[in-house]
Amino acid sequence: MVTRVIEFKNVSLVYPNGHQGLKNINLKINDGEFVVVVGMSGAGKSTLIRSINRMVTPTEGELLIDNENILSYKEKHLRKLRTEVGMIFQNYNLVKRMSVLRNVMAGRLGHTGTLRSMLGLFPQEDLQMAMGNLNRVGIQEKAYVRADQLSGGQQQRVSIARVLTQQPKVILADEPVASLDPPTSHKVMKDLRRVSKEDNLTTLVNLHFIDMAQEYADRIIGLRDGEVVFDGPIDQVSEKTFEEIYGRPIKEDDLLGGDES
Amino acid sequence: MPNLEKNHDSAPTRYPLTPKGFKWYIGSVLLAVLGLYVLSAYQTQAFPDRVIEGLPIMFYFVVEDLWPPNWGYLPRVAMSLLETWNMALFSTTLAAVAALPLSFLAASNINKNPLFYQAIRNAFNLLRTIPEIILAVVFVALVSIGAVSGILALTVFSLGILAKLISETIEAIDPGPLEAVRASGGNVFQVITYGVMPQILPQFASYTLYVLEINVKASVVLGFVGAGGIGIILRQQLNMFNYDNVATIIFMTFLTITIIDLVSNRVRERLE
Amino acid sequence: MNSNEKISLRKGMTKKGKYTSYLILLILSILYITAFATTPFSVSGSAASPLDTLRRIFIVPITTMDYIVQFPEYIGYMLETIAIAYAGVAVATILAVPVAFLAARNTAKRFSYVGKSILNAIRAIPELIFAIIFVAAVGIGPYAGVLAISINSIGMLGKLYAEVIESIDSSNVDAIKASGGNRIQAMWYGVLPQVLPEFSSYSIYRFEIDVRASTVLGIVGAGGIGAPLILATYQRAWEDVGMILIVVVVFVSIIDFFSGKIRKKLV
Ligand SMILES: Nc1ncnc2c1ncn2[C@@H]1O[C@H](COP(=O)(O)OP(=O)(O)OP(=O)(O)O)[C@@H](O)[C@H]1O
Ligand SMILES: [Mg+2]
Repeated sequence: MVTRVIEFKNVSLVYPNGHQGLKNINLKINDGEFVVVVGMSGAGKSTLIRSINRMVTPTEGELLIDNENILSYKEKHLRKLRTEVGMIFQNYNLVKRMSVLRNVMAGRLGHTGTLRSMLGLFPQEDLQMAMGNLNRVGIQEKAYVRADQLSGGQQQRVSIARVLTQQPKVILADEPVASLDPPTSHKVMKDLRRVSKEDNLTTLVNLHFIDMAQEYADRIIGLRDGEVVFDGPIDQVSEKTFEEIYGRPIKEDDLLGGDES
Repeated sequence: MPNLEKNHDSAPTRYPLTPKGFKWYIGSVLLAVLGLYVLSAYQTQAFPDRVIEGLPIMFYFVVEDLWPPNWGYLPRVAMSLLETWNMALFSTTLAAVAALPLSFLAASNINKNPLFYQAIRNAFNLLRTIPEIILAVVFVALVSIGAVSGILALTVFSLGILAKLISETIEAIDPGPLEAVRASGGNVFQVITYGVMPQILPQFASYTLYVLEINVKASVVLGFVGAGGIGIILRQQLNMFNYDNVATIIFMTFLTITIIDLVSNRVRERLE
Repeated sequence: MNSNEKISLRKGMTKKGKYTSYLILLILSILYITAFATTPFSVSGSAASPLDTLRRIFIVPITTMDYIVQFPEYIGYMLETIAIAYAGVAVATILAVPVAFLAARNTAKRFSYVGKSILNAIRAIPELIFAIIFVAAVGIGPYAGVLAISINSIGMLGKLYAEVIESIDSSNVDAIKASGGNRIQAMWYGVLPQVLPEFSSYSIYRFEIDVRASTVLGIVGAGGIGAPLILATYQRAWEDVGMILIVVVVFVSIIDFFSGKIRKKLV
């Protein structure tokens, strides 16, 4: 049975310019947990998340996924790791001129041979899966539309479908709703939480807005200056917790509002 | 002006519209530009008045001496123009095929090895300094006279231009999709096919057509050194002072290039 | 979801899309088939081995004293080439301005197509043909070359300038007029500062092109390094071709380097 446990053991990261992005992080994220990471801009949220698929590499400590230290991975293992850890981006990162379906299939590249993928010869069951995943986020009818003809919310759903088609164990989402308006943000977050629970995927999401974090998270991790300053289940979280994480009183700006549920 | 009254005791400061240092700078630049022009004009015996006189001469020459061309020479010209066009078509095709992979090596967001990247860049810059006529001479020297040397010369010539244009396009693309493919475990080739290619395809097609236009014009020269095309008969007829036939060649070449430019521009507009 | 249905990566094309792609395919096949059928690919094996020729072009000129001493002569020709390009582009820069105003949509209004057509026609004529015409009209020498380069450059500069003029932000022209400035003042303070850097930048860029273009002129007697080049070609003096190649590459590289620097500073 696959477990999807992520464990940080004394992880630190110093950027080449000497900036310390992460300071001695110790965390254990459990199978199927939906974790939201919060913190001020520059706190190290992206750095933390991007360490897990090695888009950045911590300089100290151990980072274990399924009890394997991923920090020692080289080229080949690294690509294997990345097929198992899906990522969702703030700016969707779709190829605008490509059809939605092709964009979704881009998530399948790690599982497909180089030559086959270059010729666009994907197995039929992969295409079926892609369509199924588009259906799960409610935009199957857009499959052959060019990505730039979709609204922001629809584009982010395409990137959710892409990540699902990758069949990952873990999903990382770096501010997935920061470019969307409040009602759309809520819809996308609901979709993301739903599919992640359905497939029992361990999920880490960076969020800016504390009301969103509170609404969708199982557990919240607070970062400040590259350090974990809070870590606890959602029922232990109050406004006071956020004031501690941010190191200042909560302001209007920290709330998204507009919850349409 | 009442408000100037305040600094009455100290001498009023003057505020020049342009700072003094800048004036000197502009002045010396202008002087240099002008000085170089005087030198050039002297060297080429082309003083402004003579150029102004000279330019209209062309129109008189065209209407009085070149017109009417010898239409009987048309079939021969058509054959040569077809050869010129073929040379341009082949060389553009070859250059496009070769330039695509090389452009990825000359793009800093794909080729992450700075030394290799610089080396490739410099090689292309060097290549672009060689005029087509010299490339033609070199290839004539290597593979003897004929269309093949012309095709090779134009291929190398357009490779430099195309690789520069495409690699600049690659460097300017949205990096997001590349990151997405990398993050889902794709290798370099998959990053290129799914992240880069869809983004650059229209520009690639457009630049290829643009280079085709350039090649048609450049191939006129090649015949003068024996590398095939319309230039062969142009040189021949010029040497025999056969201006009727020269006129036919000139008018037909002009017409052909105009048509090619027109079609190519239409297609390129639609690509954008 | 219906898994009996086969899914393809691309949607079946519409009828019109199909016809268009067939048509494009047909045109391309005709072009390439004609080209293959009518191009003589035969290569008459030349007497000398390619390796020896390469050696004569690239190695001998820089290793043999007899040839090294000839470099100053070719440098002289190259300087003449550069002078032709410089004098030509200088004239073209000035003459292209009125033509550009005639071709720009916002200044020439309905008549812009007149200017545009003139510029398109000029650009459809290779510089060599201009050179041939001017040599025939005014005689052999760099003077004909300067004329050819100027008129040829007007074609491209006029087009680029017109694009600059079309992209002018008219709000500050309006501002000057609104504060009581006249037309000339509006031009001088409103338009000129906007277009001058780009005009200069394009002229310098065109100068780079013209230096290369001027190397050709000599083969029809319009001055510059083309004259010794064609002579060396006829005499099969590949060492001289090599020297000319080196001189051209060095000078063009230097010019590209500096003009690139200047253009970066301008915009
Ligand atoms: N490539 C890099 N090189 C050097 N320093 C970096 C790099 N990337 C990030 N940093 C620094 O590391 C710190 C943490 O950055 P990170 O992007 O993780 O913050 P964040 O919490 O995601 O902020 P935001 O909410 O603005 O996205 C910041 O101070 C940033 O300036
Ligand atoms: Mg961030």
